[in-house]
Amino acid sequence: MDINSNAVLLLIMAAVLNGVPLLYGTLGEILSEKAGNLNLGVEGMMFMGGAMGLGAAFYFEGAGGTSGVLAVILALFFAFLGGAIGALIYSFLTISLRANQNVTGLALAIFGTGAGQFIGEYMRVTSGGYVAVSNDLKAVFLNSPFPAALQQLPVVGPLLFGHSIFLYLGLVLTVGMHLFLNKSRAGLSLRAVGESPATADAAGVNVTLYKYLATVIGGGISAIGGMVYIMTIASCVWNHEALSGEGWLAVALVIFCLWRPLNAIWGSILFGALMILYQRLHLGFIPDELYKILPYVVTVIVLIFTSLRNSKDKQPPNSLGLPYFREER
Amino acid sequence: MHEANSPLIRLAKREGMPKGKVWAIRGASFLVAILISALIFLLMGHNPFGAFGTMITGSLGKKTAIRQTVKIAIPLLGTALAIAPCFKMRFWNIGAEGQITAGAVGASYFALFWADKLPGPVLLVVMAVAGAICGGLWALVPAFFKAKWGTNETLFTLMMNYIMIGVVKWLQGGPWEGRPGSQIIPQFDSAAVLPKVLGVHCGWIIVLILTVAMFFYMKYTKQGYEIAVIGESEKTARYAGMNVGKIIMRTMFLSGAIAGLVGFIVCSGADNTLYSGVAAGVGFTAITVAWLAQLNPFAMVGISVLLGVLDKGADTLQTQLNVPASISDIITGIFLFCMLGCEFFINYRLIFRGSHKEVAK
Amino acid sequence: MEPVHAIELRHITKRFGTKVVANDNIDLTIDRGEILSLLGENGSGKTTLMNMLSGIYLPDEGEILVEGKPVAIRSPKDAFAHGIGMIHQHYKLVEVFTAAENIALGLKGKEHDRKAVAAQVQAISDKYGFGIDPNKKVYDMSVSEKQTVEIVKVLYRGAEILILDEPTAVLTPQETERLFNILRAMKADGKAIVIITHKLHEVMDLSDKVAVLRKGKYIGTVNTCETNPQKLTEMMVGHAVSLNIDRPQAKYKDLRLEVKGLNCRNGEGLPVLKDISFQAYGGEILGIAGIAGSGQKELLEAIAGLQKAESGHIFYYPPHPNSDIAGNHVPVDKAGEELVGKTPGQIRKVGVSLAFVPEDRLGMGLVGGMGMVDNMMLKTYKDTPGPLVDRKAPKALAEKLIDELEIVTPGVATPVRRLSGGNVQKVLVGREIASSPTVLMTAYPVRGLDINSSYTIYHLLNEQKMKEVAVLLVGEDLDVLLELCDRILVLCGGQVSGVVDGPTATKEQLGLLMTRVGGGKEGSQDA
Repeated sequence: MDINSNAVLLLIMAAVLNGVPLLYGTLGEILSEKAGNLNLGVEGMMFMGGAMGLGAAFYFEGAGGTSGVLAVILALFFAFLGGAIGALIYSFLTISLRANQNVTGLALAIFGTGAGQFIGEYMRVTSGGYVAVSNDLKAVFLNSPFPAALQQLPVVGPLLFGHSIFLYLGLVLTVGMHLFLNKSRAGLSLRAVGESPATADAAGVNVTLYKYLATVIGGGISAIGGMVYIMTIASCVWNHEALSGEGWLAVALVIFCLWRPLNAIWGSILFGALMILYQRLHLGFIPDELYKILPYVVTVIVLIFTSLRNSKDKQPPNSLGLPYFREER
Repeated sequence: MHEANSPLIRLAKREGMPKGKVWAIRGASFLVAILISALIFLLMGHNPFGAFGTMITGSLGKKTAIRQTVKIAIPLLGTALAIAPCFKMRFWNIGAEGQITAGAVGASYFALFWADKLPGPVLLVVMAVAGAICGGLWALVPAFFKAKWGTNETLFTLMMNYIMIGVVKWLQGGPWEGRPGSQIIPQFDSAAVLPKVLGVHCGWIIVLILTVAMFFYMKYTKQGYEIAVIGESEKTARYAGMNVGKIIMRTMFLSGAIAGLVGFIVCSGADNTLYSGVAAGVGFTAITVAWLAQLNPFAMVGISVLLGVLDKGADTLQTQLNVPASISDIITGIFLFCMLGCEFFINYRLIFRGSHKEVAK
Repeated sequence: MEPVHAIELRHITKRFGTKVVANDNIDLTIDRGEILSLLGENGSGKTTLMNMLSGIYLPDEGEILVEGKPVAIRSPKDAFAHGIGMIHQHYKLVEVFTAAENIALGLKGKEHDRKAVAAQVQAISDKYGFGIDPNKKVYDMSVSEKQTVEIVKVLYRGAEILILDEPTAVLTPQETERLFNILRAMKADGKAIVIITHKLHEVMDLSDKVAVLRKGKYIGTVNTCETNPQKLTEMMVGHAVSLNIDRPQAKYKDLRLEVKGLNCRNGEGLPVLKDISFQAYGGEILGIAGIAGSGQKELLEAIAGLQKAESGHIFYYPPHPNSDIAGNHVPVDKAGEELVGKTPGQIRKVGVSLAFVPEDRLGMGLVGGMGMVDNMMLKTYKDTPGPLVDRKAPKALAEKLIDELEIVTPGVATPVRRLSGGNVQKVLVGREIASSPTVLMTAYPVRGLDINSSYTIYHLLNEQKMKEVAVLLVGEDLDVLLELCDRILVLCGGQVSGVVDGPTATKEQLGLLMTRVGGGKEGSQDA
């Protein structure tokens, strides 16, 4: 069977490709919000992650590195580091200094997009106008890690084994986060911190530590999403135009998923599909540019519907957005 | 008491710090921001004094430079004023970006298609009114759902930004496109361009008038009082017999209308055309302006001018020292972080182990 | 050498900010096999003191000894390590967690896996006799069940010293008795128990010793069997107090409010008021009793136009203009004004003068962040013409209230949030009374107030009654309701379970009505 003739399959593949960056962005923000920190700086962290991840791969190769695996690991590490630094600034301001979460998150978005753009520009200028990663390395980031034999199976081949390594890492991360939040004792403490920090505090949970860890690790995970976008969809070229908006979509997806990691899998693929639908499904009467706003429209509709029904298990963490101060009286 | 019994640092809330001390702390935060920025210049291999010097002369050194700086500050101030009543009401409107854009679309419609049918001054007034109405209506959508079903306004307004920007992208490449294939909307007719006063388009006069009006509105009108009560407690407002939903919608319309007016000022006064980046992040930056000013309109003037200086200064850095233009976002971010953080030292007291003295910082 | 105390506090001082001294040089001992009552008025520093044992606050000065050894309690974790467990007044439970998850929260080690927790919870339940379902979500629990979870939680952590902060405030008399029996069983088991309270009859009923605090200072400890409520009150307040509340008789009573078959649902669609019918008269205080959450709040809010009624009527009858001038009491001869379906604004517009002192003073009745002036005009700001607010009349009113009610405040512009609880309530009640109401509704008007302020409020209510205002009083202290009210309406599960006569009813009678669900002579009238 010729897979290229199968438009639906192609659509799914493209949806997954576009969904994976969102998956990371969303997972990171879920972790942060579960601890009660609404970090609106995801956009900024994804920019930082994208630029630093690209930089890591680019300079690794420039320094004579040839191992594709090592390049991926370095890109992951530096992207994580970029987001974690951004999230650390946010954490210090909102957790230790009790600044307003909304405003600090926006400030981080401004700072992070600037920093990401700066690094991207800087690399471009210093390397003579063009940041180029070899085609071999591009392939390592973009192509499936599975042997060709598996990928060439009809339908299930591409469907199950035809994606970039980042999808599989993302799935492992999602399941891991699900188990962590719902089955582990630390996850229980983390959720308690987000629901009612005073209760967690009284039960002997170190609220500050949990909030810091959740936000910083969450920021790092979100930032990996930015790197994945640049290294796969943008073909290893710094493209801030294309990347912009991803972080905000991730924030929206967190709500769409009702703060549950497992929902993020299909949620991000659905959003990925909405983002590229205009390329695959041409309807003459709807212009492409209007197609592109579909994810945002869908989020708005979801927002309205979730506000209509009122289920206790489907609400945001109770202390989301609020600072915690023990000696309050 | 045993020294080891208490942690190294403890916190206590405080109220009513003397004004002088408050400003000393804010000044200190400013210095810290300058120091961090200097460090970044050093890392990049530039002399920080030279870099700051370039920024200051580039933004305030010449008449033309000052005009450029003012031009940057105008939409920031106008949008911060738009956001102020919402934030006072604890309605987190982060959709100013979209409301500015919607206002620009409304104004552009008349600039593009009515320029030859209306006399100049009338055209400008019509454009302003259309901008305000479009911005207001765009803001009214999330407000309606908030009032009706309590739909989360932070994310709703955020999404509305991208929807409106998408619409403009469509207009650019579609119905309003100038030369086919250009993806650009044609320049406005000169009648649709705001006249200049003292070398800068007269938007600066409009926002300064708005500043005084907003101060007056919030402090002395019944509507301002209602907004303040709802911001403190919706329950109290209901108890007092206020129609909370109606007030939310009214306030959001006002806020969107001012943002829409800013959209008109930007596209008519500064850009002379419409494009998808008309708001250029002003909607987000203005939120931090409004917050740092603690919603005081006069303080907003100062902060938006400061951000204008940073922005224009960084622009000069780019042309003179070949530093990427995005340095302005980084420096703006650093200043915002420091100013956000310093409020902590005004609202809380640090108590170090083994001392009962107040420590300011 | 004395025997070693379970806990000994030496010279404990705690300050908040630079001005407030919450605890001033306090010494206190707590022993095993004993129930100690920590007695004091609101704001006397009882909870603050105990929070230092539970690791919520740190003392500024002084030391804490557990079993004779000085210890540092820096966090709730440290407190557990020393066997101290505290049940706070506002339960510290995560609403979306199950009982077992709440109990396991914050514990480390393999022995605390899900099965082990469930088994041990069962063992504790059996030992002291409370039933608890480990897999029930907290948001589905009653107040009493939540309290049980809290107690099991601290016992699970091996607490030997239990501190309970106002544990009976939200319980019915029957639930209270059950709790007391559990506490007695724990005492017999050799545990040390402290209950923080300001209810004298509980002190007399339960405890072995009473320690009294007053304005942050330690006054002394007495054996319960050697004291009486009058003596304890004097220790608490610092001077002799009459514990009697007046119940003057108004000259006239005429029908003011009539509620007929009122049904309401809350935000989640559950019925909160079911077929409520009663009448309220000008010139009487109608008490409303019930377990917390029986529909008291919704009933008052429905009358005030804040809660949508599903069906039924609320009729308002204005006072007859002649009744208080000539002394000729004219009976109601015209139809009442229907209040159902009207907003608070509309109710005001048709000339109904309702005053409402809600339970949540700073969250509903007042704007905490505003000064007295802005709070005075909360309901009247629209009455002046034009788009601008007029602050002259409210300012005059604020100054008048400060003068008449002896409100202590730095100024009319000071945010009311910064005033003490008693002064906040005076501001609120003062404003409501200043609107010369014909119906005055108050919910828990003396909660959190010291004895002197409480009596000021009782006096104000009686004054209104003598002005032939219909006073509706939702209360929690049955003793006070019985002494103050002319009639008491009892709510149970959103229904009227009975209306009794204030002067003749007994506490037991009220307690029974509070827990009887449905049936009987609901909605009956005896006025």
